[in-house]
Amino acid sequence: MSERELTCGIEIHQQLDTKKLFCDCESDLRDDGYGAYYRRLRPTASEMGEMDKAALVQFQKDVGFRYQCCEGCTCLADLDEEPPHSVNEDAMDTVLTFSMMLNGRMIDEIHFMRKMAIDGSNTTGYQRTAMIATDGSIEVKGKKIGISSVCLEEDSARKVEAAGNEVLYRLDRLGIPLIEVATAPDMETPEEVMEVALRLGAILRATKRVKRGIGTIREDINISIPRGARVEIKGAQELRLLPDYVRNEMERQKMLIRIKDILNERGTKPADIIPEDVTELFSKSSSKVIKGAIEDKGKVIAVRLPGFSGVLNGDGGKLRLGSEMAQYARTRGVKGIFHSDELPNYGIEKEYVDSLREYLKLSSEDAFVICAAKEKKALDALRVSVERANYAIEGVPQETRDPLPDGTTRYSRPLPGAARMYPETDVPPMLLTEERIRRIRENLPEFPEEIEKRLVSSYGINAQQANQIVRRSRDELFVKISEGSGMPAVAATILTNTYTELEHEELDPDSIGDAQLLGLFELLKANRFSKEALPSLLREMAKGSDAEAAVGKLGLEAVGSDEAAELIAAMVKEREEFIRSKGLDAIGPLMGPVMAALRGKIDGKQANELLAEAIKKLIG
Amino acid sequence: MSYSVSLSKLLESIGAKEGSNLSVSSKDKTYIGRLMPHHDFSDGDILVIKLSSGYNVGIRIYPDSEVKVLEHSAPALKKEVAFERKEGRPNIVFIGTGGTIASGADYRTGAVRPALSASEMIALVPGITDIANISAKAMLSLFSENMNVEHWQELAKAVAEEINGGADAVMVLHGTDTMGYTAAALSFMLGDVPKPVVLVGAQRSPDRPSSDAPSNLTAAVRFCINGGAAGVFVVMHDTLGDDSFAVHTGTRVRKMHTSRRDAFESINASPIAFLDEEGTIRFTREKRAAASGKAAARTDMERSTVLLQYYPGMDPSLFEEIMMKSKGIVIAGSGLGHVSESMIPLIKKACGSGSVVVVTSQCLGGRTNLNVYNTGRDMLAAGAISVLDMLPETAYVKLMWVLANSKDAEEAKRLMMTPLAGEMGDRRTVDV
Repeated sequence: MSERELTCGIEIHQQLDTKKLFCDCESDLRDDGYGAYYRRLRPTASEMGEMDKAALVQFQKDVGFRYQCCEGCTCLADLDEEPPHSVNEDAMDTVLTFSMMLNGRMIDEIHFMRKMAIDGSNTTGYQRTAMIATDGSIEVKGKKIGISSVCLEEDSARKVEAAGNEVLYRLDRLGIPLIEVATAPDMETPEEVMEVALRLGAILRATKRVKRGIGTIREDINISIPRGARVEIKGAQELRLLPDYVRNEMERQKMLIRIKDILNERGTKPADIIPEDVTELFSKSSSKVIKGAIEDKGKVIAVRLPGFSGVLNGDGGKLRLGSEMAQYARTRGVKGIFHSDELPNYGIEKEYVDSLREYLKLSSEDAFVICAAKEKKALDALRVSVERANYAIEGVPQETRDPLPDGTTRYSRPLPGAARMYPETDVPPMLLTEERIRRIRENLPEFPEEIEKRLVSSYGINAQQANQIVRRSRDELFVKISEGSGMPAVAATILTNTYTELEHEELDPDSIGDAQLLGLFELLKANRFSKEALPSLLREMAKGSDAEAAVGKLGLEAVGSDEAAELIAAMVKEREEFIRSKGLDAIGPLMGPVMAALRGKIDGKQANELLAEAIKKLIG
Repeated sequence: MSYSVSLSKLLESIGAKEGSNLSVSSKDKTYIGRLMPHHDFSDGDILVIKLSSGYNVGIRIYPDSEVKVLEHSAPALKKEVAFERKEGRPNIVFIGTGGTIASGADYRTGAVRPALSASEMIALVPGITDIANISAKAMLSLFSENMNVEHWQELAKAVAEEINGGADAVMVLHGTDTMGYTAAALSFMLGDVPKPVVLVGAQRSPDRPSSDAPSNLTAAVRFCINGGAAGVFVVMHDTLGDDSFAVHTGTRVRKMHTSRRDAFESINASPIAFLDEEGTIRFTREKRAAASGKAAARTDMERSTVLLQYYPGMDPSLFEEIMMKSKGIVIAGSGLGHVSESMIPLIKKACGSGSVVVVTSQCLGGRTNLNVYNTGRDMLAAGAISVLDMLPETAYVKLMWVLANSKDAEEAKRLMMTPLAGEMGDRRTVDV
């Protein structure tokens, strides 16, 4: 059997549209918070009764957290001022329903756990989570994809700001129920990752109890390729970027494997970290970064990288170990590093590069890296970036990476070890009764394909449209629009072709709220515009306009200023006597009737100008 | 619920113990993980194991299920750490009595253990051994609802012994439910103790990263070292934040919330001092200065004492036997200290038989006054006494102590109306 080019699994975190998991609070996000309760989180002893030294050092550094409450969606339980209540039954039913739709094997008795996390994102210092089912599966394009586990857990608090030794969190998000579903590493192409995510998303939405909108669903991707390493891309929010993340990560790992081969062929050995203070050498440099650092009482420090020339940035930008090193360096709070493959550049002229090479006694196969910052920071940044360079000799490091909006990723931290999990003694175990399982089985919602069939038979749209609508979880919206406007064919075209076009233009049509879209169809129904105008209107709305404003903007083009001028002239004529007595002062009182007649088709400023013109014309 | 008979037999026959690595095959699925303790609320046929992912799952064991031991558990390693003692540093003794502050999950097995070891108690406070010589003793391991009068007596003796043995301060780690009662008992038993005796509790157990135990203990240690005050105190959170702490007089303090960190409040008096996160101490009134000298524990208590809460519809016939059997009766009356007219003949009868009837108010805030209304005057005429603004619980503890330490009811009544440990006052300002 030939080796798979890609081994990939995903984990989806989906917020549920119920009350919070362990209290009676609403699960909405708020724009404001009040209060700022100060807390510290202390590392607890490990299984062997010993403290994690690094965590203790962190604690002793006085790092503290402040927590903001929000009206209606925080209570004493969120603040860790009272024990968790019983688990929310709606959330539990939803995760059981979902698990059953994946044909998972239910855990007989459910035990909530404390997953330790003392970064402040949980007031308790742990996230409550329970395994609900294992061994499920879904079918995507005729292939079976395994589901390793389905868990029910609490979402974390939102970080508002970090300053000095304090981080401010808002508690509105804390405790919102999340379904966490993890697939087996069964995906083999970037497109398949997207298909699996879409399928899981569609099944989640089919439960009718999940939240929608940006931030309510988050994906983690686990990727490795032959000779590569397991890398986790954590917290992707935009579904359409998933294939890009996978593709780019595959390319990145292939590139790192190529670098490894080059370094091994050269016999490059790990570089010793011998920092050289070269501040003096750069004292007259015109580079902004270097000048700034020196003025700030910082230093310029260089480290030799023997045998690394050409892989930091080489082969026309295809080899990019330097940017990997820079990402590590930035985690230590420096703006960046410079390496020999990218110099001269950034205001560092050739003479400086040459004299530095001479000073460091480098051969043509050797590289160097420099950092200009406060000494301690610079040394720290150089240490991690040289360690990163050295790892390239071994291959691809295991990492957690952050997804970026351009489809690439950035180093975030090393892969975490096994989570420390302890029993949540405040929540009693929950035996899954036969009766509950029966009730859920008897009330399973329609599967996506069943919804498709219904859309075809009830609304007369074609199967391909129905498939696309359901796959993108727009079926409820489609039904609402069709029922409200009586125009299912138009609705289907909009939610498929038009939305796809907008996505190709890098717009997000799903950002148009359901209410806005329904409002737009109301206006259509009232003949405020013709259906041919829908794509342009939706384009406006995807950019942030509401339905009325979009119609107004577009209506103007349709009406034309001549037509508006005619209408205004007629209105002026009707009120000739009033205008003659008032002169230009008549503009104010007349604006009302004019805007009423032209509402949505012309903006106020233009109406004002046209009215002034018409009056001047009348009174000479 | 414990394991069903068949499941316990099965586990015994294969030699499975908590922590053993098991393979459990039930209904076409095999789970591998460590055996966890059986939860009280777990079903009898459910086996709880910890999977390698860290999750605990409960698996139903059927007659045809298969359970095998893959590996027996290794005994937990527990080291008792010895702490260095240095001349010139204050000597502080921790006495552990149990409670939330001294409890936590055993992370290896998941079981909740009742008490911390001595070195675990010290480890709760980072850096504490740099500023003081701390020794810790785990005396009891009780949740405080199980504390009784004998425990107070034992504790008072232990505290006096530590002070007489050279301790500059004693800290009692205590469950919060009845910490107010214990604080009052120690206050009367230890009288003019020359050193600080500080009770500290926690509303979140120390096995949680958010526990208030470390910060409460730190504040208490700082108060012991830098406060220079003698007496019995309670130190707990003053607000919900881990940055403000209140020092309460032992006879004035009451748990006023079931779960908040700032559950403890001084009633009818302000806390004697506050501490901030840096340890700055702000006294609100004059303290009794710590001094050298011996401590004496006068621990006799009259056990035949009761605390009754008056309620509308209280039937005297139900309480006659109790009241006539008791030498001391504290009534938490309504409002200024009232009971219904129907209770007054019984009070009169009890007083007539030589019992001491003490009236407090279930309002908690404010002082009693039996002169204002007819009912009150009738209660006084029946022989009851009222004790200003003393808390009902404090009055109950004090009455036990007073009855055991006076020769007759008259002396006991006089002592009840005399402040002995800051437990009562006749001046309340608008801000407390």
